[in-house]
Amino acid sequence: MENRGVVIQARNMVKKFGHFTANDNLNFDVYKGEIFGFLGANGAGKTTAIRILCGLSAPTSGKITVAGYDVHRQTESIKKNIGYMSQKFTLYDNLTVWENIRFYAGIYGMKLSAIKVKTDRLMKNLDLEHARDKRIASLPLGWKQKLAFSVAIFHDPKIVFLDEPTGGVDPITRRQFWDMIYETAHSGITVFVTTHYMDEAEYCDRVSIMVDGRIDALDTPAKLKKNYKAKTMNDVFLKLARGENVCPDSYRELNS
Amino acid sequence: MHESIQVKNITKTYDKVIALNSINFEVEKGELFGLIGPDGAGKTTLLRILTSLLVPDSGEAFMNGYHVVKDYKTIRNIAGYMPGRFSLYQDLTVEENLEFFATTFGTTISENYDLIKDIYIQIEPFKTRLAGRLSGGMKQKLALSCALIHKPEILVLDEPTTGVDAVSRKEFWEMLIRLKNQGITIIVSTPYMDEAGMCDRVALMQKGDILQIDTPEDIAGQFAKKVFAVKAENVYNLLRDIQAFEHTHSVYPFGEYLHYISKTTSNIKEELSNYLDSKNHKSVKIMTVKPDIEDCFMELMTKTVNNGE
Repeated sequence: MENRGVVIQARNMVKKFGHFTANDNLNFDVYKGEIFGFLGANGAGKTTAIRILCGLSAPTSGKITVAGYDVHRQTESIKKNIGYMSQKFTLYDNLTVWENIRFYAGIYGMKLSAIKVKTDRLMKNLDLEHARDKRIASLPLGWKQKLAFSVAIFHDPKIVFLDEPTGGVDPITRRQFWDMIYETAHSGITVFVTTHYMDEAEYCDRVSIMVDGRIDALDTPAKLKKNYKAKTMNDVFLKLARGENVCPDSYRELNS
Repeated sequence: MHESIQVKNITKTYDKVIALNSINFEVEKGELFGLIGPDGAGKTTLLRILTSLLVPDSGEAFMNGYHVVKDYKTIRNIAGYMPGRFSLYQDLTVEENLEFFATTFGTTISENYDLIKDIYIQIEPFKTRLAGRLSGGMKQKLALSCALIHKPEILVLDEPTTGVDAVSRKEFWEMLIRLKNQGITIIVSTPYMDEAGMCDRVALMQKGDILQIDTPEDIAGQFAKKVFAVKAENVYNLLRDIQAFEHTHSVYPFGEYLHYISKTTSNIKEELSNYLDSKNHKSVKIMTVKPDIEDCFMELMTKTVNNGE
């Protein structure tokens, strides 16, 4: 996987708010086409880190590049090369499906003719041709989430950030959503995802777990389970976030 | 009287949308009862009717014998309600919020301190902090303390664990079980299927209907089909191939495994194993597993969809 190219590189990433250290010396790489799970308890520092990686907040110190651009100086280039979707903010309820797509793609500088062609294809793929001129508010939640994800990757970003994308959706839609994530990653777009569903952590290529501002573990789900002698990712998470277990030696060596 | 909550033919519509479609169920005294379902199932509407904050179109509901519409004043005294959205005063401190709720119900923090002690003690070090500046887990503990401070007979909790991390969720359920052991009837809604196991009984809800009501064990026990967990080196291709398999009834990712249900009833494992060999899958592992609530929920969902067509 290391050969696939690095799309996010963080070295000694620190973010302080006054005396409080929200991100305490984070070091990690994220590769092209990877599904990278970004886990942690509430308040562990995930949102702060994502805001920095999206070019919305400057780190206190550290050398960090996203899609090859520096987070200190090239935030506008970063924004053009990433996509973002969260459970809370998705699409404009009062605009139609087509209006939302035209609006977002327009912001990213796509030409109207290109937007039209791509929209036709997307509507066909999602089986939403009948809903093209319907307002977002009238669509079921599952469709909204799928559409929001499609809009977030409409401009072919190098990375898409998904912040708890599956909260509240039914178990079948949740799995259909992960199907879309798999396809996106296969097409070469890196998926950076947070979730509170621990079964979804298993679907990631690699998972990092933040505790008190630090990344205390980062590996494939299989290796994490082995290292922490846990049956599921839920057990790994509980052990780490509850502090029932200190880092296994293997990880400590890596970081020393 | 053994029933703490009685719901009879409750229907509620918003414009043309049917939020609750003639719902019936009962919750026994001292029971921990779960409403499990995704957004749009009708959970919040149902809980708001039970707490007298919404009036149903038709049907009746009773809380400890009191009518939720006619006896709304009594209902508000015997029920403790924790709404889905954080609705405490963000610009009051932790302690001021708790005092406000105690005073509103004509009581004091010290009078019922025993009931909230276990929970409140964890946020007491921050009692002078503004509620708006608490972390998610702490907000949740404060909201629960406020819902409990007037010593309610029935506790009504709307998605208390949504958006909360796995550790805080586990701690929250441990608190609920301690409250239940003190004799409080609890009705709680959640979109997390894995939380069903913490309840005495659950109602699985979808689009205004109750799909099934039972103990979590019996719901899983009544599942008629055999479930197989399948794993191979390339999970992505495995899923695609099994989706295309002629005998597949359903296949869904479940953590590191796929859960496979066959249309056939015999030689399921052999058939699948041969098929996967023919597709050159490596390190294939197939084993029978007990269905969990999510298996049951998805099966019930597809059944309803098919009946509706």
